[in-house]
Amino acid sequence: MLSIKDLHASINGKEILKGLSLEMGAGEVHAIMGPNGSGKSTLSKVLAGREEYEVTSGTVTYKGENLLDMSPEERAHQGIFMAFQYPVELPGVNNTYFMQASLNAIRKARGEPELNSLNFMKLVRTKLKALEMNEALLKRSVNTGFSGGEMKRNEILQMILLEPSLAILDETDSGLDIDALKMVSMGVNSLRSPERSMLVITHYQRLLDYIQPDYVHVLSGGRIIRSGDKSLALELEEKGYGWLQEEAAA
Amino acid sequence: MDAVEQQLAELAKTGYEAGFVSNIESETVPPGLDESVIRYISARKSEPEFMLEWRLGAYQKWLQMEEPDWAHLKYTKIDYQAISYFSAPKSAADAPKSLDEVDPELLRVYEKLGIPLEEQKMLAGVAVDAVFDSVSVATTFRKQLAEAGVIFCSISEAMREHPELIKKYLGTVVPQTDNYFAALNAAVFTDGTFVYIPENTRCPMELSTYFRINERNTGQFERTLIIADKGSYVSYLEGCTAPQRDENQLHAAVVELIALEDAYIKYSTVQNWYPGDENGKGGIYNFVTKRGVCAGDRSRISWTQVETGSSITWKYPSCVLKGDDSIGEFYSVAVTRGAQQADTGTKMFHIGKNTTSTIVSKGISADRGQNAYRGLVRMNKGAENARNHTQCDSLLIGDKCGAHTFPYIEVANPTAKVEHEATTSKIGEDQLFYCRQRGLSEEDAVSMIVNGFCKEVFNELPMEFAVEARKLLAISLEGAVG
Ligand SMILES: Nc1ncnc2c1ncn2[C@@H]1O[C@H](COP(=O)(O)OP(=O)(O)OP(=O)(O)O)[C@@H](O)[C@H]1O
Ligand SMILES: [Mg+2]
Repeated sequence: MLSIKDLHASINGKEILKGLSLEMGAGEVHAIMGPNGSGKSTLSKVLAGREEYEVTSGTVTYKGENLLDMSPEERAHQGIFMAFQYPVELPGVNNTYFMQASLNAIRKARGEPELNSLNFMKLVRTKLKALEMNEALLKRSVNTGFSGGEMKRNEILQMILLEPSLAILDETDSGLDIDALKMVSMGVNSLRSPERSMLVITHYQRLLDYIQPDYVHVLSGGRIIRSGDKSLALELEEKGYGWLQEEAAA
Repeated sequence: MDAVEQQLAELAKTGYEAGFVSNIESETVPPGLDESVIRYISARKSEPEFMLEWRLGAYQKWLQMEEPDWAHLKYTKIDYQAISYFSAPKSAADAPKSLDEVDPELLRVYEKLGIPLEEQKMLAGVAVDAVFDSVSVATTFRKQLAEAGVIFCSISEAMREHPELIKKYLGTVVPQTDNYFAALNAAVFTDGTFVYIPENTRCPMELSTYFRINERNTGQFERTLIIADKGSYVSYLEGCTAPQRDENQLHAAVVELIALEDAYIKYSTVQNWYPGDENGKGGIYNFVTKRGVCAGDRSRISWTQVETGSSITWKYPSCVLKGDDSIGEFYSVAVTRGAQQADTGTKMFHIGKNTTSTIVSKGISADRGQNAYRGLVRMNKGAENARNHTQCDSLLIGDKCGAHTFPYIEVANPTAKVEHEATTSKIGEDQLFYCRQRGLSEEDAVSMIVNGFCKEVFNELPMEFAVEARKLLAISLEGAVG
């Protein structure tokens, strides 16, 4: 599905990713943990195509193609979805309208028929129900005045509407109450399938109780310094990152 | 002055010396302005004597006035003697024979706006068959209006057919001498519209619908007068989303609205005159005076404007709130890009008790565009419990453009309340990236963000125009980012 080899990326001349490699197979869920400022969001934005970041060397192959050649929207059309750590407000842009435009842009790019408003509303309603989400958010402007938790739920709603093949969740669990956390996990789990992969960035092992990852990676100083299975997350919870960073430095 | 201009200037001069008086049948008056030009216009229009006096009065005042220079605008001086003040409509022989002869760029925009083929032909000035669907539709409309007692005709016709109404109302809201451009307009206007809605009558259609199917010869000096009698309602739409070209650089229109007791006038404008090339060359100078008076108690006037065209826009649709409990509203979207400059806003004069006004102004600037909001809210001494709310937002695309806000507030009554909010924001890379991550192209993302920004104003437009205005905005900002 996704193959990252020795990726170096910088912003404003400052190197953030310093030789990162990662292999993700179809159907796999990978968790990425790591201290603040280690480059987790940078990785997700580089994968989503944020142009401010300059890739200085390394390769990223997605479904056999060079991902780095694609514009952000092409990546979205190819099935990459990123749930933002800090979703962006779009004042005056109706949330439902935005999601419909988004879904239709992707469908159109794939040569699928676009959904009219009626059918789209039907679809949204079924998804909302599954997520036990309140319809009121649909009528508001995208993320405008949403609480932190509402924004994250809204990201998940978009994700399950768009049914991506590679979902990148950047700290979607941060700032969520217990119920929201369950809802988000439910959403993610409902999408799990043999042809879909997920990259879940989190600071809390708690999330991984709900979303069982196949692999856990530790990102520090712009590189993956340790990979393991779920038990690695438990170990980190107990010991923090210090010991790994020391090992990596040694 | 380069060689061509020199030649033109000389040509113009000879034409003037030759004089039009000896050549009364000529269809276009040679450039230049003096009393005889005004007499000629008035005669050609078969106007009543009082109109000629009125025009000449305006002209005398104009001669003593100076062109205003307080606006946040830079442009080369207008040579008023180089303008021709009368020209009869072009003959069909000059018109393009088919759409194939029309500027493909213009057609591309029509296409994007989703304008039907027949309408495209009219807009582009293609000579169309007389037997054409819209003619019969227009007849039906005219019948409906007549049945309702609505008078809707050209201002010239009104001067001949309804001189009593003209005499009573013309110039009562925008006096001849109101300002330099209004005085010029009063002296030389040749086109325009007259509307009278009788008591307790709801105009049976949007007066826009009517225009959509009638090619309108928008002139350089238009004058519009709308009177809504007691308890009546009318929604009037001026302009068109389709880009309009015109050889006349200076446009100085005057619009006067009069709302009597319990009457409601909703006046919407979509202005998309040619903005000129990227340096503004060849673009229209649009100096407009628009004012409405809420003469009766509980009357209401609402201005909505979407201004995307012209190289210079100077325009302050205003409301004089005389009647108690009367309401004035101003909703505006102004877009400037390339070298476009806009100095626009409104004036709300609160005279009656419990009068309220709402101002929502959205300025969008891209490239080197300069956008100024200039607004005056005056609460007179007698404006007991008057209220104003002003919301003035600017959106910048890129960092070479500018937004400026000049709010003037004068309060002479202690019970009056004025609220002013202003924001300036930039279309953020974050917003664009968010949209693109969701599969939207950059262009669609810009259009979506800008339309979101303008939502409160578009909500005030008649339905079909709101849809077109959205598309227009998207087209106007094509390529503004990236
Ligand atoms: N525009 C920028 N200019 C300079 N440095 C930047 C810029 N954007 C990010 N950085 C730096 O890059 C580093 C990595 O940031 P990133 O957001 O990827 O960290 P993170 O691992 O997601 O952290 P957190 O856990 O706090 O979300 C940080 O030191 C950050 O300050
Ligand atoms: Mg982060």
